[in-house]
Parts: sequence; C-alpha cells; structure tokens
Amino acid sequence: MMAADNLRPAPAGATPKAGSAGEATPRVPLLALDYLWFQVAGTVCNLRCTHCFISCAPDNHSFWFLDLDTVGAYLDESKSWGVKEYYFTGGEPFMNKDLPTMLERTLAIGPASVLTNATLLPEKTVRRLAEIDAGSPFSLELRVSLDGPSADTNDPIRGTGTFERTLQGVQRLVEYGFLPIITAAQVWCPQEDGKVYQQFVDALHRVGYGRPRIKILPSLHIGREADRSRSYSDEERVTSAMMEDFDASQLLCSSARIVTDRGVYVCPILIDHADARLGADLEEAARPYALGHHACYTCWMNGAICTNFSGIGLER
Amino acid sequence: MSAEPETYTRIAAFGGVYSNHYALRAVIEDARQRGAEAVFCLGDLGAFGPHPDRVFPILVENDVGTIRGNYDDSIARGLDDCQCGYTDPRDNHFAHISYRYTFDNTSQTWRDWLGELPEQLHIRLGDRRTLLCHGSPRSVNEFLWESTTPTHFLEKLCDDYDADVVLCTHTGLHWSRKLSGGRLFANVGAIGRPANDGCTDVWYTMLSAAGGSVRVEFVPIAYNFEAFAQEMVDEGLPDQFVETIVTGWWTTCNEVLPFKERRRGKF
Repeated sequence: MMAADNLRPAPAGATPKAGSAGEATPRVPLLALDYLWFQVAGTVCNLRCTHCFISCAPDNHSFWFLDLDTVGAYLDESKSWGVKEYYFTGGEPFMNKDLPTMLERTLAIGPASVLTNATLLPEKTVRRLAEIDAGSPFSLELRVSLDGPSADTNDPIRGTGTFERTLQGVQRLVEYGFLPIITAAQVWCPQEDGKVYQQFVDALHRVGYGRPRIKILPSLHIGREADRSRSYSDEERVTSAMMEDFDASQLLCSSARIVTDRGVYVCPILIDHADARLGADLEEAARPYALGHHACYTCWMNGAICTNFSGIGLER
Repeated sequence: MSAEPETYTRIAAFGGVYSNHYALRAVIEDARQRGAEAVFCLGDLGAFGPHPDRVFPILVENDVGTIRGNYDDSIARGLDDCQCGYTDPRDNHFAHISYRYTFDNTSQTWRDWLGELPEQLHIRLGDRRTLLCHGSPRSVNEFLWESTTPTHFLEKLCDDYDADVVLCTHTGLHWSRKLSGGRLFANVGAIGRPANDGCTDVWYTMLSAAGGSVRVEFVPIAYNFEAFAQEMVDEGLPDQFVETIVTGWWTTCNEVLPFKERRRGKF
C-alpha cells in the first residue's frame, strides 16, 4: 500500500535529476524504522582500506564519535518507533571506548550488530563482550570485515598485516563463544565466487572457526573504491521505470536511518553526500528519500546489503 | 469488514508441516485429547519432506484452519523458489532441491487449494482479539526470532494491527513473550522437523483463554520419525534432511539464524 508512494515525483529542485531525459528521481518512503544505525566512530578508522566507500582513515575526521548520552537518548526514543535491530558502524567502532557500554544498554532492549575489522579486540574487550552477551536475551552479532581468504589477497586492500590480525580477532571471538559473520566485499572476479568462498571457509577452519558464517557484499564504487576499481557509469542509476513492480521494502532506505554526530542520514553508504542528511532527529529524517545516487543502483540490484542476512547470492 | 471472528477458549496452533504427515496426525490427535476446540496451521505445508500431497487431506478432514505461508504461496503461484531469501551457496543448493521436489510432487488440485488459503485469520481467545499469520502481521516472510525481536517492536505490532494476541511461525522455533496489558506474542513453532535441539520430538502450541489474558503452552510430540525418515530415503531426498529428522539438529538453511539461535544448534 505504502509502496505506491515510491513513484510520487520529487518536489522540483529538491533532488538531483536522473538520466539524460531528466525524469523525476524515484523516491522511497520510510515504511518502518526497523533498523537504527549509529555511526559510532564517525569516519575514524585505524585502517585505510583501498575500497572504503566513505574513505575512513585515522585522519578522516569528517564525522566524529557519538557519545554515550546521544546513543542512550536515541535508544530511548527508538522504542516508540518500534525499532527491531540496532547496528554500530564507523570507521572502526571499537575506537570509541564507550562502545561496550553502548552495546550493554542496547542489548537491554534489543539485538545489536557491530561492523568491525576485529583488529582492536584484546582479550579484555572480548571477555567484556561475552559478559554483555550472557546478560541479554538478544543477539550480539560481530560482523568482521575481511576482503580476501589470504594475506596475499586481503592485505593489498586492508593494509599490511591485517589478514593475520583480523584472524587473531576472529579466533578470540570464537574462543569466547561468538560466531562472527565474516563480511567480504566481492573484490574478486564473480567467476571465482565458489573457489574464493571455499578458501574463506578453509582459512577460518584453520583458526578454529568450525562453522563459519560468511556474507559477501557487492563493492560500492564510491569513495576510495571509485579509484581502486572504477566509478559508476552514467547508466547505473535507479529510474522510475525500474521501481515499477519493485518491492521497495528490499531497500535499506525504506526501513533504516543512521545517526551521526552531524545529524540523521538515510543510510550508512551515503553519509558523504549532503542530500543524504535528512534531518537533525528521527522525526525530521522520516521523510522519503530520492534514489539519486549511483550507489543506490547497487542496492536496487542486490537489496538491503547492509543488513546481517542478505548479500550476493553466490552460484555454486 | 469480515464476519465477527469465531470465539474459542482453547486452541492448538502450529506451522511448518514440511510434508511431515506422521507428525501432523500425531499433533492433531494430541491436541484433541488436550481439549483443543479448534486446530490452526499457520502455513508452510511443503518443503523438506516426502510426498507433499499427503498432508492436505489430513488438514481438510480434520477441519484445520490453515493459512498460506511463503512456501505455499510459491508453490501455488509456480514461483522459482521458496522466497526464503537465502544467499549462502550451500543453503541455496538444498533449498533448491527441496523446492523442486515439493513443487514437482504437489498436484495441481492442491496447488490451487494452496492459492485459495487466507493470508491471515482473526479469532477471539476469550475476549482477546487474536491475529494468526505466517511470518508477521506485516509480511509473510518476516522472521521473528526470539533473540532479534524486541518487546517494544511486538507492542507496536499489536498496536498497529489491533490485536491482543499475535501468533506466527516461519522460523521453525517456538517462543513467546508476555506484553503489556495481558497481551501476548507467540511463535507457535514447526511440526515438520525438530527444534534444532538434539531431540527428535517436534513442538506445537496450546493457547487457552485464562481470565483476561491468554496462557501459552508448548507441547513436545514424539511421533514415528523412523518411518518418516525411511520415506525420505525412499524418495531420494538428501541425507542431510534425513539427518535432521533422526538427530534433531538442523543441517541446512542455518544461514538465517541469528547468533543466539545458531549457537544453540550443532551446525
């Protein structure tokens, strides 16, 4: 019923125009605020991955950390919105020293997922996470980024030594009972999907992760990734025709918003774009969003890629 | 608006039959013995098991109030897959085998019957407005797991859909949560395969009007799982499916399980 709103033309001048014909950019309404994201470490990361779609780095201070009170206030407010799941991202979330406390508060009311590179997980931190998990009926998901099944394939993207350090983090999480979701951007040839997937499984088995959970994401050709691989072509845009008979609930922007230190944005992918800032608070940010960016095309192709249980369907 | 909902004081409900006609018969018999005035099936009649056409007459003959799950919808409409949304290659492989077998062995008569099933049912348990659905009141293929479903989310579902009690299935794992004002949410579980707990029993749900609220009771059922497993072998279904029936552990399609539910299982 609400999906019909997708095709309502955007107000003149409010959004970028798509395609050479200049047709109105399709808009996606917020059907329900199921997923509340926190840009908890801003754009600050201890790594400088060559495919990062928001160019995070130790010296990228475009977005700064969220503090405990801010997160707490949004958690309180989120109840009346009926939020279903909470996600914490950055940058590297564990650079924010308050993250464990934020997770503890979150897990008192619902499930939490952390998108991490697992290189900042000393035993003390993992033990704390295990205690937080044990105290909650809800799931604490650790989503660990790894972009190749070996140092040779991963490190050119994520940095020298990161394969080893990340696997150490994974091993520690597994030792404390977690089943981290290994998240890889598809930086290899799709024809190699089956082989690479098996190599991931083998590498994870070697560090004692006997039943690995693996999620493969399409790469997003913005930020640093535009230089590493390619940028989007003009044709890679979402048009109104493409939204006909399309289930808009497949798109993250129909069910999520992300809180940053500079306001509430439509999704974690587009925070570098001014038009993706929808307001100062959830109320303002609940308005529809026009799919004017090339990256929207990737989500249209693949669905809500940022949630835990979706990704590219791999051919065997 | 449709007619005034039927009122009951004691019902049985389950989902996920997965072609398990042995468990279906055992559950219906047990529910009658426990005084169920009506029995409801919340969908996903096929998948996984052998001879899908065998469950439909049992449901009809026993007047089981049945709603359409995502699997039933796919079979009825001749879709390419079960709409479970798997991306893991191994899960997709087995989901495909299961779906092709079920589709090829469901006769046109029963495909048509599936297509006519309602998506939701409204009844009253005592004076409590009770909504029966497959995944959630808002989506046939939404997974409501215990460890990823906040209480405030369930409260909002009840508010949004004018229900005091919401019953669903789809995940295959039973659980319930008491809500404000005597309201209740219950995932009634699945009877087609065990609950990933290392035991061969399957689970269904009894619900009783009690004072101003509704009492929920999860009931384990032992049934002739050996005969069912043998039928699966005879039909050439994957060993991995048979293993689940005889061990109680889920061996496939585990990808969608959240961390806490996944950790409780073996695979």
